[in-house]
Amino acid sequence: MSAVLTLFQKEVQSFFNGLIAYLVMAVFLIGIGLFFWLFPGNVLETGAAQMDILFELGPWFFLFLIPAITMRAFAEEYRNGTIEFLLTKPVTEWQIVLGKYFAAVFLVLFALIPTLIYLITIILLGNPVGNIDTGATIGAYIGLAGLGFSFAAIGILASTFTDNQIVAFISALFLCFFMYTGFEFLSDLEYLTSINEQLSAIGMLAHYRSVSRGVVDIRDVFYFVTIIFIALLLSQNRLKGKKK
Amino acid sequence: MSILVKGLTKTYDGQKALNNISFEVKKGEILGFLGPNGAGKTTTMKILCGYLLPDSGIAEISGLSVFEKSLEVRKKIGYMPEHNPLYLDLYVHEFLKFAGKLCGLKGNDLMTRIKSVIELTGLGPEQHKKIAMLSKGYRQRTGLAQAILHNPEVLILDEPTTGLDPNQILEIRSLIRDLGKEKTILFSSHILSEVEAIAERVVIINKGNILADDQINHLKQSENASPILILHMEKPGFDFSSFVQIPGFDRVEQVNPLEFKLYTTGAVDLRKAVMEASIQQDNPIRSMTLESSSLETVFRELTQSGGK
Repeated sequence: MSAVLTLFQKEVQSFFNGLIAYLVMAVFLIGIGLFFWLFPGNVLETGAAQMDILFELGPWFFLFLIPAITMRAFAEEYRNGTIEFLLTKPVTEWQIVLGKYFAAVFLVLFALIPTLIYLITIILLGNPVGNIDTGATIGAYIGLAGLGFSFAAIGILASTFTDNQIVAFISALFLCFFMYTGFEFLSDLEYLTSINEQLSAIGMLAHYRSVSRGVVDIRDVFYFVTIIFIALLLSQNRLKGKKK
Repeated sequence: MSILVKGLTKTYDGQKALNNISFEVKKGEILGFLGPNGAGKTTTMKILCGYLLPDSGIAEISGLSVFEKSLEVRKKIGYMPEHNPLYLDLYVHEFLKFAGKLCGLKGNDLMTRIKSVIELTGLGPEQHKKIAMLSKGYRQRTGLAQAILHNPEVLILDEPTTGLDPNQILEIRSLIRDLGKEKTILFSSHILSEVEAIAERVVIINKGNILADDQINHLKQSENASPILILHMEKPGFDFSSFVQIPGFDRVEQVNPLEFKLYTTGAVDLRKAVMEASIQQDNPIRSMTLESSSLETVFRELTQSGGK
């Protein structure tokens, strides 16, 4: 476990030594903030004390920001040759993948936590104060976190396939997009109507929606955990395959 | 036996990088691994460090199989890969801490090890700089510091002095020699003088085959390495016909009308015979140098003719 912690610390340090951490947080907060308070359809205009804007737009911001966080995870190690340094130290591939994954998760949380300021503002603006759908809000935060953590795992996986960060970014973006809405689109196809429910259940959107309603179903949690586990397992296999 | 390699074979895309090679390194020995670029040195080292898997064969470090006890073996090895990859965005101190923790060092132990390694490699003045800001020489020291940090039994150094200036090369060499007093070292190089300067024993490899595995002074005495006399005469037309009867004489090669290369079999010193012939023919010697058998001659002969 201590090896995972060491790797985690080093990754987080790299994020904060560079611009990535600050940039991700700024883009996320400012972007969401603009839609929240300024652009047409904002909270003040509609007058509804709810966080819906965050939960509708959050996934789309994540879709771009999380691949940007994870693209360097392994691509950079390959390019600089430092992967050889890592893999010849007494740590397992699994520990390396976990260390990098937790660092990405940490950054997702780091971007998500400041949005609590918006939440508090909305709670205080409510009439009467505190008049907000607590269950739905908590559920939506859990859904957003589940989505973010899954995107991070997929991003890590994409990064194990190439030494080019741009390629890692674009393939992660595509994979996340497909997992998020792709199956929903497929289920809309006319000749697939017979299996449309099963199809949409494979996609993340259905589970995200279900959690965001405020009903945290164990099946949805299980779904996200499975996605994360599979992506990390594949990443580990990818690293092991490098030895051949 | 500190390092044992037996019947190692590795194929990349149908091309044999290693062809059934075997060698051993005893505890406390410094072995130079010599060969032209692409000979298979790096492949062998990567296999020993658990970074690559061979197609077949055995590799052991201190009696442990590299493939079955990979994690344990990696604790016993200090490895400096070719091109010395480092995290450029970390500070030297930070990087060493990271490397040490990965090897299981912690707390006070880690700090004292870092301190002593920094002292040993002469990184002191640079330890609070980012690795990206370091000169090549100091980067090389950082790579070496990282390799010896956890006090491993075996050091594997892949071309540790490439890209350094002559002063730095001397410093790194003496550092490696010092380390070799306590540790088993396998280091690779394509520079002959380097192997001669550091190691007592050398394994010469070319195209995946081992061509020689011997003490350096034995190799230098072998017939591949007979001395050559280089003669500069004052007048052209020096006559070597009388030399044919002398037992140490092999053949003569005329470089230009005044310069000759006299190949010997190493048995007899021909210098006296040359002096006598020069007086007899009234053709004074301008200069006469004995090109002592160097590892270079051995190496060239082996790698140019021997490699299958």
